[in-house]
Amino acid sequence: MAASSAIASSSTAFINKKDVGLFAFSSQSSFSVQTARKRISKKIVSVMTPQQTERKPATTGSVKTGMTMTEKILAKASDKPDVSPGDNVWVNVDVLMTHDVCGPGSIGIFKKEFGQNAKVWDREKLVIIPDHYIFTTDERANRNVDILRDFCNEQNIKYFYDIKDLGNFRANPDYKGVCHVALAQEGHCRPGEVLLGTDSHTCTAGAFGQFATGIGNTDAGFVLGTGKILLKVPPTLRFVMDGEMPDYLLAKDLILQIIGEISVAGATYKAMEFVGTTVESLTMEERMTLCNMVVEAGGKNGVIPADKTTYDYLEEGLLCPMNLFIVMKEPACSEFLTDEHWEIVCLKDCNLSSKPHSPDNRALARECKDVKIDRVYIGSCTGGKTEDFMAAAKVFLASGKKVKVPTFLVPATQKVWMDVYSLPVPGSGGKTCSQIFEEAGCDTPASPSCGACLGGPKDTYARMNEAQVCVSTTNRNFPGRMGHKEGQIYLASPYTAAASALTGYVTDPREFLQ
Amino acid sequence: MAASTALSSSITTFKSSPFQPRASSINPLPSVKFPSISSNNPLISHFVSAPKNSTVAPLRSAAASTTPETTKTATTFHGLCYVLGDNIDTDQIIPAEYLTLVPSNPDEYKKLGSYALCGLPSSYQTRFVEPGEFTSKYSIVIGGDNFGCGSSREHAPVALGAAGVLAVVAESYARIFFRNSVSTGEVYPLESEKRICEECKTGDVLTVEIGDSRLINHTTGKEYKLKPIGDAGPVIEAGGIFAYARKAGMISAREA
Repeated sequence: MAASSAIASSSTAFINKKDVGLFAFSSQSSFSVQTARKRISKKIVSVMTPQQTERKPATTGSVKTGMTMTEKILAKASDKPDVSPGDNVWVNVDVLMTHDVCGPGSIGIFKKEFGQNAKVWDREKLVIIPDHYIFTTDERANRNVDILRDFCNEQNIKYFYDIKDLGNFRANPDYKGVCHVALAQEGHCRPGEVLLGTDSHTCTAGAFGQFATGIGNTDAGFVLGTGKILLKVPPTLRFVMDGEMPDYLLAKDLILQIIGEISVAGATYKAMEFVGTTVESLTMEERMTLCNMVVEAGGKNGVIPADKTTYDYLEEGLLCPMNLFIVMKEPACSEFLTDEHWEIVCLKDCNLSSKPHSPDNRALARECKDVKIDRVYIGSCTGGKTEDFMAAAKVFLASGKKVKVPTFLVPATQKVWMDVYSLPVPGSGGKTCSQIFEEAGCDTPASPSCGACLGGPKDTYARMNEAQVCVSTTNRNFPGRMGHKEGQIYLASPYTAAASALTGYVTDPREFLQ
Repeated sequence: MAASTALSSSITTFKSSPFQPRASSINPLPSVKFPSISSNNPLISHFVSAPKNSTVAPLRSAAASTTPETTKTATTFHGLCYVLGDNIDTDQIIPAEYLTLVPSNPDEYKKLGSYALCGLPSSYQTRFVEPGEFTSKYSIVIGGDNFGCGSSREHAPVALGAAGVLAVVAESYARIFFRNSVSTGEVYPLESEKRICEECKTGDVLTVEIGDSRLINHTTGKEYKLKPIGDAGPVIEAGGIFAYARKAGMISAREA
């Protein structure tokens, strides 16, 4: 295998020099320079296998039909013995999710194309989750939820997580909140399946060892009528992360590191597969964070092989009996793509943040320590899960101090909200997150929804209506993302967000955690 | 084609809303992007040369490159361009606060056009759509890398289409934006072979020739090669995947 072509195919990695020698790569001076500057520690190491579609495993003679996780899932869903990257295949959809922002348009296309009296392909495979613009007086936003309700009644849709009483979300037992977290909590994410959603962060569900990706209204309209979609099988970028996770790092730091490495277009049209002992040690919620942001690298889907952690999560919630899973055995490396590994040194030091205005504008938190901030936001599908609030509470608890800037908390779902108010935070003597947040002077946890992550209607809670600087656990920081065009958003882990709230500057959480 | 004659002509683009007849089954003209005579915006002209029955090819397969038969459409756009940079994300194309507008509703479709690209930061001094207008005088958008990244909102290509944009020419696209552009048939997402967003200025007069995969900047006199749109071309020309599938006989014509 020519090393030079491998290097050319992925100019983004900086290579650990020692391993360059080990794998007999011809050394390139530009890489060496970077290596010398950036190399710090190998405690966490990610290895990216370069994409080499032209060298199929079959050509090595050792393996006949080596397929990646993503390929196996798409082969099964398209009733084919095997598929290869670049193949266009008709895929049977196991679950289609839509919400209040794209649902009405998808329904409109479905009715226009299949007829006013048409029925959806399977009333039990469509999941409709209002979550984006809920707690607003915006009439059109409210109307859009009504459109979803009418459609679900008409079609007798089994899984519709409705909300009628906007004054008190707890009066709506069916209401869940942020779709990607709700999908997992309600058992709609299952290993081996194909899940599509009219939302780019649908890729979150790849954490369950399934194929999950976001689609537009027109494609969704087609799926509503047929249960099928034409997909191109993506090549896989594989990230092997080995080593023990330091206790001040979270999955958010890992994915920001990777996006910073490969850029916001580094995985366009590709699958990102995460494996290795670090990934195996992550909880389901942390795995969801990892997969959630693959779209910020342009990725089509993210995927993590299902293992005991996955099955335990599903069984614990009695979400799915074991025999319903299609267990996809993780392919051995030789079967996979290549025998060469690349090392990206993941900085030991990395409590990361992404500076405005792009998720790949990576920096260390301590490099931004002079950035004065106006507010902190903890919420969204990326950073509004139970463990995200637990992590923030841990920092507040360790510091014992009060926040210096307004700190907004938006639990992703009703279940997360309940956890924030009921689960004891370890080491706190039985206090809940909500008690710790109150003592730290945070805003009261708000009604679960996507909230201000994407701006939304003007009266959305915690929306950035002024040109402020915000540290946020969300996923995007393009101009205007949280409301104001001139607002500046630093993306960070819940640890970093909480630490920053305590100082009023972007802050490395080790100031409080150690 | 001589630019001067094109400019003086008053043939303008007819850009139909999605609920107006776009599908060929109910379209009086077999060529879907059809010109109509009107005078409200003489600078934006849109020529369709004699409707050539473009080859209806199956979706691109690995073998497509070896097939001598290439899909070629003869669509040509002519108009003013609006120039953007890299990583123009969907929040800049259509800010999330306007996502309450449902694109499949004709009135709201029209309104989406009025907000197209209103999320651009103030460093873009020229407005894309003038206040009070529903459409833009710029019918070709030039971008850099990773155009349309961010959310999966179909509102993004729809807003551009509703504003009167016929083609986006960028170095590369985010996957979902590209797919949504083709699925809806709202805009041609064309890729340039080189970085042209630094060589064109907002207001330059351009011609885009889909069939020849060519872009001509009449203001600077430069000509650029585009990457062929391939089998996505006929889908967009038909007005999206549903219209294309009906036209190609993949699905039956609508009952109603």
